[in-house]
Formats: sequence, C-alpha cells, structure tokens
Amino acid sequence: MAVMTYREALNLALREEMRRDPDVFVIGEEVGLYEGAYKVTQGLLKEFGPKRIVDTPIAESGFTGVGIGAAMVGLRPVVEMMTFNFALLALDQIVNSAAKLNYMSGGQYNVPIVIRGPGGPAHQLAAQHSQSMEVYFYHVPGLKVVRPSTPMDAKGLLKSAIRDDNPVIFIESETLYNVKGEVSEDPDFLIPLGEAIVRREGTDVTVVAYMGMMYRAMEAAEELAKEGISVEIVDPRTLMPMDKDTIIGSVRKTHRAVVVEAGAGFAGMGSEIAAEITEDAFDDLDAPVERVTGAASPMPYARNLERAKTPTKEKIMEAVRKVCYANGGR
Amino acid sequence: MAKTMTQKAAPGLGLDADLAHKLLRDMILIRRFEEKAAEAYALGKIGGFLHLSIGEEAVAAGATSALRPDDYAISTYREHGHCLVKGSDPRRVMAELFGRIDGLSKGKGGSMHLFDKSTNFLGGHAIVGAHLPLAAGVGFAIKYRGGDQVIVCYFGDGAVPEGEFHEALNLAALWKLPVIWICENNRYAMGTSLERALAQTEIYKFGEAYRVPCEPVDGMDVLAVREAVSRAVDRARRDKTPTLLEARTYRFRGHSMRDPAGAVYRTKEEVEREKLRDPIALFRDRALKAGVISEDDAKKIEKDVSDLVDEAVTFAEASPEPALDELFTDIFKERG
Repeated sequence: MAVMTYREALNLALREEMRRDPDVFVIGEEVGLYEGAYKVTQGLLKEFGPKRIVDTPIAESGFTGVGIGAAMVGLRPVVEMMTFNFALLALDQIVNSAAKLNYMSGGQYNVPIVIRGPGGPAHQLAAQHSQSMEVYFYHVPGLKVVRPSTPMDAKGLLKSAIRDDNPVIFIESETLYNVKGEVSEDPDFLIPLGEAIVRREGTDVTVVAYMGMMYRAMEAAEELAKEGISVEIVDPRTLMPMDKDTIIGSVRKTHRAVVVEAGAGFAGMGSEIAAEITEDAFDDLDAPVERVTGAASPMPYARNLERAKTPTKEKIMEAVRKVCYANGGR
Repeated sequence: MAKTMTQKAAPGLGLDADLAHKLLRDMILIRRFEEKAAEAYALGKIGGFLHLSIGEEAVAAGATSALRPDDYAISTYREHGHCLVKGSDPRRVMAELFGRIDGLSKGKGGSMHLFDKSTNFLGGHAIVGAHLPLAAGVGFAIKYRGGDQVIVCYFGDGAVPEGEFHEALNLAALWKLPVIWICENNRYAMGTSLERALAQTEIYKFGEAYRVPCEPVDGMDVLAVREAVSRAVDRARRDKTPTLLEARTYRFRGHSMRDPAGAVYRTKEEVEREKLRDPIALFRDRALKAGVISEDDAKKIEKDVSDLVDEAVTFAEASPEPALDELFTDIFKERG
C-alpha cells in the first residue's frame, strides 16, 4: 500500500498494464509530449515511446475510430478524451461502432477498448465542459461504464477495464485528480467491474452516490450522525453493469433510500436506481425513494449559480431527513 | 503526385486464363447473387434494407484480386460483393440476409452488417463514413505489429462530405498507414448527385490535399481497377503509403430495394446509357476476343455460379431462425 493521488493511481495503472501487455497503447490529444492535459499520462512517453503513446490531432471521431479499428484486430487501446464532453464528437463511433460490433458480427469482432477522461462538474468550467456524461453511455447495450471515486478504485478499475474484452467508458473527474488515498502497489491488484462498495455502514438510510457526490454524501453523513441519523453510503463504482444486489441489500436493511447524482435528474442514474429499488424492494421501503440531482439547466459559469446547479451537502442532508421523517425534513 | 489520366488495361489483356476466369466468375457471382437476393426480397424472405451493387462489380472483383488472403477489407452497407469475393461462403452470406442462424453473424447483422473473420472481412458498416477511421485503425494495428498486410476500405461518394472521410485520410497520411481508400463513385448518394453534394466533384483530388498518391480509375474496367489497386498495394506494403482511388462506376439499380427504379433523381436515358458500360459484358467480350476465355468457359461459369447461388438460397431457407436466447448473446464478449 502507498498513499498517492487519484491522478498517480491512474498513471500507475496505465504503466503496469502497458508493461504487462505489449498490445496496450494510449492514444489521444496531448497524451505524449504534453504529458496529458491533466497529467494523467505524465512520464509515459519517456517510458514507452511514441509508438505506444500516440499524440493525435484534434479529431475525436477519427482517433476514437482508429482505436476501435485497432481493437477489432486485437490491440488494446486506451483512448483519452481530454474531457469527456469532447466524446460527443465521437459518440457515433462509440455507440454505433464500439458498442455494436461484437453483436452485429455474431461474436466475431469484439472491441477491447477503454475510453477514459474526466467528466462532470468541476470548478467554473461552464456549460460545455461540465456535463455528467455517463448518462449518454450507460443506456447503450454493449458498453460498460465506470465512475471511480477513490484512488484505489481508479487504479483497480482502470486495470480491469484495460483487461476487459469489451468497450469500457471510464469517466474520471477534474475535481478528484488531487485526492489522496491508499492504493495497492501490487501489479495484480484488480477491482472487478460491476461491484459496488459500501463506503460507510449505517442503519437508518441508504445513500447511493459516486464521484464528487459520494464525498459530499460522506460529509452529510458525518453531520447527520450528530442528529442521530445513521447513514449507509453505497458507491456503485460501475454503473453498467450495475451491482443491484449491494444496493438492494442495503435498502432492505435501512428501509430508506436517497440517490444522488450530479447530472440533471430527468431520466438519469437516480431515476434508474430509484426504479430498481421500487421494483425489487418496494415492500421493504418505509418512505418513497428521494433523488438529489443537478438542476435541469446547463452549467452556468458564475460561482454562485454553479453551486445552485449542483447537489450540495445541505441538499443531501435535507433529502435524508425527509425520507427519515426527521426534524428539518420537508 | 496525382495522375489525371484514367489507367487503361493493356489491349492484349496481359493476364492468364486462370485470372481472367476468376475475375469473370467473381463479377458474375456478385451479380447473380444480388439478383437472387432481390427476388427473395420481393418475396418477403429478406427484410429491412437491401442495397445492391449491380453495375459496380468490377470494383470489388478487381480490387480483391490484388490482395493476399491475409489482407483486410472493410466496407459500407452495400457490401455483398466485397464480402463474397473476399472469400465468404455464399450460403452463409445468403443465410445472413435471410436472418438465419447459419448466417455469417448468426442472423444478427443482416444485409448491411456482413462480417467474416475467416476472410479478414471487417464489415458491413451502415453509418456513412464511420468505417473510415476504423480502417485507419486497422492500418495502425498492422504497422504497430510490424506486419506487411494492407487494408482496403471501400466507401461511396456519399461519404466524402462527411467529416470522418477527412479525419481518416489525414490520420492515415500523417501516420503513414497501409490503407487503400477506394471510393466507389457511383455519382449518387442515395438521390443526391455528386454536383449537389461536393464543391470538388473530382474526388480523387482530395488525396492531393492530404498529400497521398491518388488517381481516378475506370470503375467499369475490372483490369484497370486491379492494376490501380495493385500499384497502391505495392506502395502500402513497401513503405505503408496510403492511396486514394476514385473508381468511377454506376449503380444500375436504385439506392435500395425501396428505390427500385432510381428514376426521380436521374433519367432513364442516363441509366440505359450507363448500362452500355456493363463491367461484366465488357470484360467477357475482351476476354473472349483475347482468347483467354472460350464461349464454353463463359457458359460454364454462368452455370456454376447459378448453381452456387441456387444452393445458397436452398441453404438459407433450410437454416433455422436464431434461437430466442441469441437475443442476449454477443452483447459482451465473455472471457473464454
């Protein structure tokens, strides 16, 4: 174990997998000479050379397609999106090519590709650079979607994603790159895709949250403990496939659920998880499932408006009190 | 770098009987296969969209004849011909069109999504322009692994205004990837003529912009296609140079079976005039005159192909529909 940042954990995962498998290569804008817009690929060009750390021009659809084509014939590309917002330019490649080739070919051509980069709200990056992009991908059969909240998860899940034989959308966060935590230095350490984790045990209410929202939920849980409310926090980590068992198991124990997501709530991850809980654990619920979501607006630039758009600790606390019918709840 | 003259094959044909036989046979196979598919479509045995390449057979046959079996090919939704001449079993191609379990993709792909890993045929892509970056990626992988294979990427004139045409041509040129871009210019993107779609209608000239060898070629002349592709293959094998070829061809049928005549956007006279350039008739006549094929040979090819296609239909009809649990297989590849 070593303490390192989320960024360093990603970097280590890339290094280890590239050392392990010569078919793994990294491709994207500024990944080589510039060492990554967010320095996730720092030092990789020096260790692996330009054949395996491939700088591209600004052509998201083009270089994503290059990755998919290379994956069809057996390479294992890791495509970096400078920010996941730019993946919209490659959305057709991801949705119509990567996600469907194995199916359309009757299992002849699988696509072992990872498409990774930061997404979600950050610090005043405004409307075009702050979107919670997972919603565009987990709806598509054939894609796996990962949102790792901690340095340990960043490493273990990225390694699993690279070894997976299918397309994996791996969305990090600008706000988490400097977060520090314990990380396994074992090159064989993996976290399987599709396993949620209970971040905090509790008895009164289950809060499902990931990425920055998970940290806000942890802060909310600390304060709510002072009010006598015991919060259990479940971090799905992988959104597709979703570990329903862990979420439902927690709700069966606490009988109450709040789902938090940074993106605008309509037809979002919160809706999906709320529906799953309602379908599978309705009789266990003591209150309707509550969602805390981003406001249904584009991300504004102004600091106060950005804060108003995003789920805060206070909003999470309010939702928890509500499902607990506790003081201060609506 | 660009050659502005269409390359003509040598008058004596300069090819042996075996090759002449193969080229004629491949073109006739595509034509008869697609005619039979059209019949099956009319009878409701094939659903969805069915795009025929009748009139364009010389491109697939000529280009493929310049490849090794381990070279790759990737194509559009008008790909029956490219897939067949790359070596796929016509029975399995027909079964795919029929949506049956013995189809190349177990019936999950259909006419627009033919794939055959055993022949290095990479599909069957139905979003216009989207497979061009994939072709560049295959070229990237060939170079990454130090191989000397090439990939031929077929696309229509309709892909040229798409951004991905330009992204892919640029990347393949920038990184020197062994890709042979073959634009099958049949002059209409569905119902939109070249003149209504492109500011530069001489498509091969886009190769000049990306500083790659490029030339127009008579897409109705199977030998001209073969020679142009052979030159491109030589360059690609030698030093990974990509090439843009513009094969000038024509589709005798409509865009799809739902556009049977194709008469709204082009005149009957134009279609009839183009049919005088029928690549099969032209090549058969030349091969007969050059003495590399006899009348009896030609008849035998017709007979053999006709039997093969009939057998393909029989096979497809006898093949079961996929079991319902196939709905959920192949969404993800499971670790074997």
